[in-house]
Parts: sequence; C-alpha cells; structure tokens
Amino acid sequence: MRFLPLLVFIVIGIGLAVGLTLNPREIPSALIGKPAPDFALPALEGRAKADNQGLSKTDLQTGQPSLVNVFASWCLPCRVEHPLLNQLAREGIAPIHALNYKDQPRDATRWLNELGDPFSRIGADKDGRVSIDWGVYGVPETFVVDGKGEILCRHVGALTEHDVETKIRPILNDLKAGRESRVKC
Amino acid sequence: MIAEWGHFALILTLALAVAQSSLPLIGAARGIPQWINMAPTAAIGQGLLVSFAFGCLTYAYVTSDFSVANVAENSHTLKPMLYKITGVWGNHEGSLLLWLLILVLFGAAVAIFGRQLPDTLRARVLAVQGMVGVGFLLFILLTSNPFDRIIPMPVEGKGLNPLLQDPGLAFHPPFLYLGYVGFSVAFSFAIAALIEGRVDPAWARWVRPWTLTAWIFLTIGIAMGSWWAYYELGWGGWWFWDPVENASFMPWLAGTALLHSAIVVEKREALKSWTVLLAIVTFSLSLLGTFLVRSGVLNSVHAFATDPARGLFILLFLCATVGGSLTLYAWRAPKLSAVGLFAPVSREGALVLNNMLLAVATGAVLLGTLYPLALDAISGQKVSVGPAYFNSVFVPIMAPLCAAIAVGPLLAWKRGDLSAVLTRLKAAGLLAIVGLLLALWLRGDGAWLSLLGLCLGFWLIAGSLTEWASRLKLFAAPIGESLSRARNLPRSAWGMTVAHLGVGLLILGITVSETWQIEKQLVMQPGQSVQVGPVEYRFIGVQTVRGPNYTALQGRFELLRNGRVVDILAPSQRRYPQPPMETTEAAIRPSLVADLYAVVGEGDAQRGWAVRLYWKPMVSWIWLGSLVMAFGGVLSVSDRRHRVGAPRKAPAKSAKAHTAAAE
Repeated sequence: MRFLPLLVFIVIGIGLAVGLTLNPREIPSALIGKPAPDFALPALEGRAKADNQGLSKTDLQTGQPSLVNVFASWCLPCRVEHPLLNQLAREGIAPIHALNYKDQPRDATRWLNELGDPFSRIGADKDGRVSIDWGVYGVPETFVVDGKGEILCRHVGALTEHDVETKIRPILNDLKAGRESRVKC
Repeated sequence: MIAEWGHFALILTLALAVAQSSLPLIGAARGIPQWINMAPTAAIGQGLLVSFAFGCLTYAYVTSDFSVANVAENSHTLKPMLYKITGVWGNHEGSLLLWLLILVLFGAAVAIFGRQLPDTLRARVLAVQGMVGVGFLLFILLTSNPFDRIIPMPVEGKGLNPLLQDPGLAFHPPFLYLGYVGFSVAFSFAIAALIEGRVDPAWARWVRPWTLTAWIFLTIGIAMGSWWAYYELGWGGWWFWDPVENASFMPWLAGTALLHSAIVVEKREALKSWTVLLAIVTFSLSLLGTFLVRSGVLNSVHAFATDPARGLFILLFLCATVGGSLTLYAWRAPKLSAVGLFAPVSREGALVLNNMLLAVATGAVLLGTLYPLALDAISGQKVSVGPAYFNSVFVPIMAPLCAAIAVGPLLAWKRGDLSAVLTRLKAAGLLAIVGLLLALWLRGDGAWLSLLGLCLGFWLIAGSLTEWASRLKLFAAPIGESLSRARNLPRSAWGMTVAHLGVGLLILGITVSETWQIEKQLVMQPGQSVQVGPVEYRFIGVQTVRGPNYTALQGRFELLRNGRVVDILAPSQRRYPQPPMETTEAAIRPSLVADLYAVVGEGDAQRGWAVRLYWKPMVSWIWLGSLVMAFGGVLSVSDRRHRVGAPRKAPAKSAKAHTAAAE
C-alpha cells in the first residue's frame, strides 16, 4: 500500500520519458507547392443544385485551376466572407469547390439557401478528417489549386477584397497565362 | 556589467544552497549546533542574493538593455513601463527566476518566522528547501540562463506577446507561483517529519499557516487566470479545462485536501501518514504544473523536443524530487502511527470523505491531462481531452462533496450523530427544495444539472450559516450573548464559514450563468439593434483607435433598457505590429445581477461586422465566490494560534485588551 504512490509516479515518469523521445509531428502547413492530399468526399445531402456532386482529388486535376474553400454553417467569419465568394462565382474567376467542415447537412443546406450557393462541388467532411489532411486548423480557409492538383496558396481566415486582389487573382492570372507565379502566399 | 552581477549572484546562491541542503541535515543528525544554526542564516542569505539577481534582470528590462538576449527576445522600447517590468517573468527564463525568488523568499520567511520551531526541525525543513533550490538553480544556470548576452546587440527588441500585455495576466503568474511555491514549505515540513519519524499536533499547527498562505495565493491566482480568459480571449467562457488550467487546478485540489486533513492531525492525531503524503503530492503536482506550463512545456512536450537538454533536465529533476520523496515516504511512513480513533460518522469521518473526493477529483483531472500524452507515447495518436470528459467526471465527484460541506462542520469529533445533525439542517434542506422549485419554475425543461446546482448552492449556503448561527446561539440566546460569542469565535471558525460560503456563491454563479446565459452571434450593420435578454444592444459603428504600441478597431454599442440608453460598450480588436498579432478585447459591463458582454470581430463597412453579444446572469459570482473563499483563508491564517509567539491560551484579560485594540 505504501509503495502505491511511488509506483504511480514511476509509471507517469516512464510515460514522460517516452514523450521526450517523440518527435512532434509538424502541422502540415508546408503543403504549399505540394500536391493536394488524396481524398474523396461524398456530396452534401439535400443540397438544392442540379448536379450535386462530392469532391475528390481527381476533381482538382482537370487541367483548370480552382479554389477550395473550407466552410461551416456554424462559423461566423464564413458568413462574413460569403458574399465575396458569391461575387467571385458570378464573375467566373475559377470553379470554387468547398469542404464543408464538421457540419450537419441540414444546417449547411439551409445556410446555403439563405446566403447563396457559389460552390461547384462540395465535399461533406463530417468528421473533419480530410480537412486535417489539408492542414486546416480553423474555418474559413481558402486554397488555390492549379490544374494538376497542386496547392499554390493558402489563406487562413475570412477572405477580403484586398486578399483577392493581392493574392488570389494575381495567382490565377499567372496560371492562366502559363507563367510561374511570384506572388507570396 | 549589471547582468554579470546577477549571474554571479545566482552562482553564489547555488553554493549557499548546496551548503544549506547538506550541513544542517548532518548537523541535526549528529547534534552539531553550529551546523544546525547555519540553516537560517543561509536561507536569509539566499533570499538577499536572489532578490539582487532578480533586481538586475528587472533593471535590464527597464533600461531596455538589448545586449541581454532575454531582454532582446521579449521586450521592446515602445512597451509601456508596466509591461517592461512584468515582461521580466513573461518568458521561460525570467519566470523560472521568479519561481526561484519566491522559493528562497519563502525559505527566508521560514527562517525568520520559524523561531518557535525546534531547532532540528527548522534546520531539516530549511535543508529540504535548499535541495529544491539547488535543483532550480542548476536548471536556470545550466539550461535557462536569463543573463546570457547576445552579440551583436540588436537595436530593437522583439516584443512581448501581446496577449500577456494585460494587467490581469501580468500579475497572474506571481500569484500562481506564490501558491505553487508556497506548497514547497508544506513539502519540506513533510520530508523533515519523515526524516524525524514524528508527526504530532504541533507539527500540524506549524504547517497550517504556510499551507493556508499558499492556498490563498493559488486561489486568487487561478481566479485571476480565469477572469483573464473571460475578458481577453473573447469567447465568453471562463474555464476551458485546457491542460494549462488543469496544471494549476490539480495542486489546488490536493492543497485543499491537505488543509482539511491537517486539521485532523492537529485536533485528533489521526491521518498522519495520509497528510504527509498529501503534502508531497501537492508540491509534486505544483512542480508538474510549473513544468507543463512554463515555456510551454505543454505546447510543450514539443518544447521538450526543440531543446532536449532542457526536457531531460526537467524529467530528471522531477524524478529526483518526487521519486525521492515518495521512496522516503514508502520507507518511513509506517513509523507514523495514528493515535486518535474515530467512528465513520464523525467530524474526522466527514474530513476523510472530503479528502477522498478531492483526491479522486485530482486523479480525474490528472488522468484527463496526461491521457493525450500517454496515448501519443503508446500509439502515436493525437487526441485532446475536452470539457465533455471533465464535466461528466467532475460533477458527480463534486456534488456529494458540496452536499457534505454543510453536514461535516456540524458533526462532533470522534462520534457524531447524523440524524441529529440533519434535524438541525431542516431549514437548509427546505431552502434547497426552494432552490429546486425555483429552478423548475424558471426553466421547466428539466436541465437536471441546473436543478442540482441551485439545490446544492442553497443547501451549502444555508448549511454553513446554520453552523455559524448555532455557534453564536443566534436567536436562541439574547442578542448580547450572541454578539459576545461572535467576538470570541476564533478567526479560524470565521474563516471556515466564510470559505464555505464562497464555495456556495461559486456554485450558484456557475449554475446560473451556464443555464440562463443568452448569446447572440450575428453580422451587424451600424444602426441595427438586437435584443439580448432584457437588454437591447444598438450597434453604432466601428472606428480606428491608436494605442501606445498597437492600433485597434473599436466597435461601439449603446445598451438600452426600456428604450433608455444605460451605458456604452466599446469592444475592440487590437493589432500589434511587434510581434505581429491580434488580440480581442471584450467590453464588459459587470454587475452582480448579470454581465453584459460584447465582442466585435471581422468585417468591413459594406458587409457589416461579425459580433457576439451576451447576457450572462450572475457570472461575476464565480470570481466573487473565489475571492470570498480566499478571504476565508485570510481570516483563518490570522487566527491567533498561528501567530508568532502567541501563547496557546491567552489569559482573559489580555484577550479583552486585544479585542479592544482591534476595535
């Protein structure tokens, strides 16, 4: 009985010692310039769109650059940036795909019905696993992906017009012109 | 040059600490008076030297001496003076130096105020303090020297993390450390008792004021941290069960158990080895907490990896201190035999129940905090343990504890009469039922947690008042007699009642604010208004404001009640250039009835601003309750039996003279 506290501590101590040797995995924010992770997500149930399809990696390798926006109906800054996405979609800047992060399909569809639906394909990432592979640690985030499925740019937080004009649009213009982009992301 | 003096002072302290941790022990064992008597002198010397070193580092910060690497990393010329000073402990090296400073000051205090202790006990206590000091000094000097120079000297510093540039957080670490480190005294007393193989009521009486002092500081420190999270993080929450908070909460739980079990040792000479174990565990948890938190050992197992020397040292130090003391405990504890026997239903029994529940709660928090670490070590999986676990584990442990707080103090020592006590608590029981009905009436959907919370809160407050009233014979005797009884009631009894009332207020605050808070998240345009509970928030707009070392977007809300403007709230979003970071400054109008709380977030003039608005009833009772608890501790520590040189029983005459003087 009197040895119990010591034994408990020895177990904890061994645990801490093992913890010391572990190399903490890096947050993969270093995805820029690398291919998007492999994934395939189902479509968002009940979405009011004729061709409601899910999102997978092959959809990003069509030869045409695209944007991938991570959103959720419970996320307030998403609401703030949403009109801008609508405007970009109307303008046809590029296909805008979405990862619907940790959301209920019912909430997400109601949200899109209310605010407008700028998205081409939406992958329902209910448990957030795919978003983790993308290195997402908060919503909203927006990625610029080239036609080969390589991630060129990542924006964390709500998009503003300033971000679009200084980052998103110049990169897309460079891609369309077929030149190497020098925009810093 | 100043920095080198500080460095040199630390090296001298190390030499002194080594002497203090060895010679008095040998002297006490062999009976060499000179070696025994060197302990207090060395302890006071350490106090002076480390104060000097701390002064040197502070001077480097105040004068922005960027040739000192620590200052260059963490300060900036544009920082307000207050944050230049608090920046001293706003980083890993400096906070360790603060830790050490508080440790040696406590050691010096034991040397000065511990004159009535037996010489050998005092020598041994100070020797153990010295050993802890040696560990910290080595850690600082070998891996985390705050006085390192940097060449070439940068022209400007990198600045202090803006989150830390806040009065609440600036003084949070010192209080927390005063609590953590204060428990080192109880620890040293426990080790000294194990060495001597003797624990008696006098020992418990000597330990008590130190434990209480540490507990008071820790209570205030935790409350400050929680208050800071409430208004600075801008989520409206006040406790997140994040590992850093848990690290400070575990020693608090264990320390609270220690306070109560020491009473049993003092009054009844029972629970001796348990109390010694609690003293060891409390300080061990403080050490674990310090290391988990500081320099973010928590974002930290990670900080371990970036500097392997530091992590390894921490682990070795923990093993030596905790492993060593627990080994000593396993070896010597059987010598501490209990004298007093007691029945399960008795004051002692109630205190044992208190201890068991607090110990289980500590274990539950420890498990939840270390589990992600353990899982990562075993399987490489990353998880985080969140509020869901803690709430579902913690409530069932705390509920019986709170129910028992009202009963325990009414039970007699040795053998209590539970049914008689419950009869005396009839009124309190009635009030608890009133609380239950009130909750049902206000919210009929049967949120059982809020029912339980209100019920317990009322029961606890009424029960504590019942015990207090029965001591004063309030309403049973003439009012004059009650008054004179109130005057003669020991401060420690007052302290207990007040502290328990604090727990009751805390529970009511938590329950009411969690159950009835109203939260609105929306995007607002200037001119719009929205009803939140009984208050209408009207959004005036957003303007840019310039601070000393930041710019801020400041929103303005008019608060309207029945169409009349009662106040204006101006939450803001600060943007610091150095280091680049944004912080949220919530605007709060606190009151005992309800806090009004506003946060302004992202947005722009065209699309509106994301805002969060709250009506938080009785949330300030959480901190009020914590402060009341701490005040109860202050009352108790000022009890005359703890005072230096106070005779055990003062003659009636001088007691009267004393109260007259107090009036």
